[in-house]
Amino acid sequence: MQWEVVIGLETHAQLQTQSKIFSGASTRFGAAPNTQACAVDLALPGVLPVLNRQAVEHAIRFGLAVNAKISPASIFARKNYFYPDLPKGYQISQMEIPVVVGGQLEILVGDEVKVVQLTRAHMEEDAGKSVHEEGFTGPHGEPSSGIDLNRAGTPLLEIVTEPVMRSAAEAVAYAKALHGLVVWLGVCDGNMQEGSFRCDANVSVRPKGQAEFGTRCEIKNLNSFRFLEEAIQYEVRRQIELIEDGGIVVQETRLYDPDRGETRSMRSKEDANDYRYFPDPDLLPVVIDDAWIADVRSKMPALPVQLREEWQSEFGLSAYDAQLLTQDRDTAKVFEELLAIVGKPLAKAAANLIAGEFASSLNRAGIAMADAPLKAQHLAPLLTRVADGTISNKIAKDIFAILWGEAIAGKNISTVDQVIDAKGLKQISDSGAIETIIDQVLAANQKSVEEFRSGKEKAFNALVGQIMKASQGKANPGQVNELLRKKLA
Amino acid sequence: MSWHNTPIALMAKALAAKEVSSTELTQYFLGRIDAGKQWNAYLDVNAHLSLEQANKADQLLSSGKAGKLTGIPVAHKDVFVTRGWKSTAASKILAGYQSPFDATVVANLGIPDENNPHGAGMVCLGKTNMDEFAMGSSNENSAFGPVLNPWNSAHVAGGSSGGSAAAVAAGLAPIATGTDTGGSIRQPAAFCGLTGIKPSYGRVSRYGMIAYASSLDQAGPMGKTAEDCALLLSAMSSHDPRDSTSLADSGEDYGRYLNQNWKEGNTNPAKPLEGLRVGLPKEFFAEGLASDVAKSVNDAANLLQSLGATLVEVSLPKTKLSIPVYYVLAPAEASSNLSRFDGVRYGYRANEYRDLGDMYAKSRTEGFGSEVKRRIMIGTYVLCHGYYDAYYLQAQKIRRIIAADFQAVFNQCDVILGPVAPDVAWRLGEKSKDPVQMYLEDIYTLSTNLAGLPAMSVPCGFNANNLPIGMQLIGNYFSEARLLQVAHQYQQSCDWHLRQASEVA
Repeated sequence: MQWEVVIGLETHAQLQTQSKIFSGASTRFGAAPNTQACAVDLALPGVLPVLNRQAVEHAIRFGLAVNAKISPASIFARKNYFYPDLPKGYQISQMEIPVVVGGQLEILVGDEVKVVQLTRAHMEEDAGKSVHEEGFTGPHGEPSSGIDLNRAGTPLLEIVTEPVMRSAAEAVAYAKALHGLVVWLGVCDGNMQEGSFRCDANVSVRPKGQAEFGTRCEIKNLNSFRFLEEAIQYEVRRQIELIEDGGIVVQETRLYDPDRGETRSMRSKEDANDYRYFPDPDLLPVVIDDAWIADVRSKMPALPVQLREEWQSEFGLSAYDAQLLTQDRDTAKVFEELLAIVGKPLAKAAANLIAGEFASSLNRAGIAMADAPLKAQHLAPLLTRVADGTISNKIAKDIFAILWGEAIAGKNISTVDQVIDAKGLKQISDSGAIETIIDQVLAANQKSVEEFRSGKEKAFNALVGQIMKASQGKANPGQVNELLRKKLA
Repeated sequence: MSWHNTPIALMAKALAAKEVSSTELTQYFLGRIDAGKQWNAYLDVNAHLSLEQANKADQLLSSGKAGKLTGIPVAHKDVFVTRGWKSTAASKILAGYQSPFDATVVANLGIPDENNPHGAGMVCLGKTNMDEFAMGSSNENSAFGPVLNPWNSAHVAGGSSGGSAAAVAAGLAPIATGTDTGGSIRQPAAFCGLTGIKPSYGRVSRYGMIAYASSLDQAGPMGKTAEDCALLLSAMSSHDPRDSTSLADSGEDYGRYLNQNWKEGNTNPAKPLEGLRVGLPKEFFAEGLASDVAKSVNDAANLLQSLGATLVEVSLPKTKLSIPVYYVLAPAEASSNLSRFDGVRYGYRANEYRDLGDMYAKSRTEGFGSEVKRRIMIGTYVLCHGYYDAYYLQAQKIRRIIAADFQAVFNQCDVILGPVAPDVAWRLGEKSKDPVQMYLEDIYTLSTNLAGLPAMSVPCGFNANNLPIGMQLIGNYFSEARLLQVAHQYQQSCDWHLRQASEVA
């Protein structure tokens, strides 16, 4: 039997705000337990929530970026359940009317562009954290777990897709695209180790051609792209084997154990809480008018998809380069800064430099684009000196390596011209000088000359190589080609 | 000087004239509290803290930095959290709980300091008893014992703000704060012969008020006169950025109309209320209303008429439905609001338990009283999947109809007049066996909370057993100053509100 996989993702993106979604406590990660939990976060008697406007702006920004509808009046609801790390006994979330409705995100699966339809995105607060360690005791000396409420009340945007993905690879491509977008927009720091971006995957399988969906399982809290992929792959295999062995899939929530590489049941649908959702009477509807939307729109950065289209059509960049340059905002920024100095005619060369040598050097050194020790002003002369014929591309690469070495070592960074002068790297474009070198090389390589004349084109390239070598790479390659052809004609 | 018979409006004059100090007043009332424990009106008193505040108030008075209310003692319902005094909402689950902050109401009325520059400078006398988590109509649901009625200690004081009512009626405080979710200021005020007002929803911050039903809860003053209530309400209300449902600050002096005639330009001193249309809803005078209560309220209507008002019969057809609607919505919100009392972070935790679930179950079973548990169960039930549409949503729809009915009536009249409760204070234990009987006592008060309207309780007579009867005045949104004006004008022509509770020395 041929099986089709159906996947929908729910992603929790932590919204980047100074304070929590309903209190003034800080959202900074890593503080000592319970030092960033105020009376509201502790749910002391008498406290009330007040909505953080910044969290709403981030939600609007996201909604605009995915072409969604922004609800003019969304409603906060209470999701009621008891758990020690949930101080109020309910989580404030959005149920019937979320802030963002619909929308779509383009993803690249292999070479194919696919559009993932979004169902909704809603704001909610995070819960705290249970800490299970030896030695904690309760008021009566009983062994206990610790509760850290620093995280309680952290603003989240839960982004839900339609069940439109058909493979683990698609799900990962979507998650990566979404991650790139929320970080690009500045609404989420994207730090997956700290839990700022985590996915729940709803997975089901059905015989190919069947219209109805199979029974789904939800795999909770996948906090890396690798775990997301592995968990879905395992779950798909599990469900198919189960059905093929005559079993049935039970709707349930499952957890992925990365050490064992398998998912296991957490709770079944029958055990699921009745969350008794109802509108939170402590909070007013979140009214978002056109003026607010326009204001958020005016402050939004250009989207990666817009930049890609613009750069491909205006500068003739390849789809691949455009993709690389828009993988994050810092890369795009360096490209734009470089472009501002060298001008549009050198856009392609600028793209090659950023996406090539520059990106791979950063990568090797493990340095983020934002922290790059070489800036646009250091790089720009490499491009202009190649363009005006002072140096060749090959020499430019060598000079880049020199500048990079200086920058990494924390030394003063030379200018490109200083390096050219100091090392005598100026390109030889004097045809007389080049001819002298050609004559010497031809005299020393008669065998290659004969081979070329007997029809071996390869021998020509070998001669060019010899000439370049003899000039220490400084001969203008175009001129070398031209003059050699003439000599051999 | 018998300060306990003195309205705070006069007390303020005496303080300003240095005829008495705040410390003397505070000592006077602390002494009466000590001698008047039989009413069980207070849950926590701390003479040291009160006198410390009185001392600061006296400094303000002598340095000329005093406001209208500086130095006047006030008692707070235990539903407001306070630094210093314990805050329990009369529940075992919060026994001994100390709040690290003051409720906004407490701060607004309290001694000013750098964090609270606009405090009115009043002195807190202590925390008053109440029905547990404000759930009840008799103050018999307190975990710390019922409050007795100073007019007859065999009778209830009403609830849920019964401790505040009894404290003022027994002269253990000159004025007190209360909260009203379904009648909890008005009904105990009526039962104890006091004047009280529940303002429009959003006038007074709910921050620091231990929540019962968030969309209905509203705080207000309970005192001897409409004038006293106007003074306290003006100081209590404010816009509070910590309460999303709090209204923009109107900066209102709710007493500004007190001594004016209803109609501008009317100079007839005998007819101050000329032009006022008083609506009498026929549903408020129907079956179930005690005849002596009906008579007193009708007499009050006639008095208002003699002062120039016109009486109009009006109809609030959904009055009866306010009971089931309220007893769906309030418990629904309460079931969620009270989830935080779980034994994890503060408050009561059972001594022995097997696991987490058992800890929750035992702590809450042992910590909550039976009426609270009843409402948590009702609320949990009506919010459950499959019942939500039939109960909660349906009740919300009727709630909107009830609010619309009031708006229709306010096209025909300026204020609505009726009884506060079907009868006077009942005997302790008389209605405890049947909770539904108790719920029916709230029939005239619930609808204003559902609609969010301001409403008052004003003493208007006594029954044959010398128990107080209260009339209710209901106004349109934000008409507190007008309601207080009508009540004040009424109180210029009668003395029901000045009578002394019979058992009080």
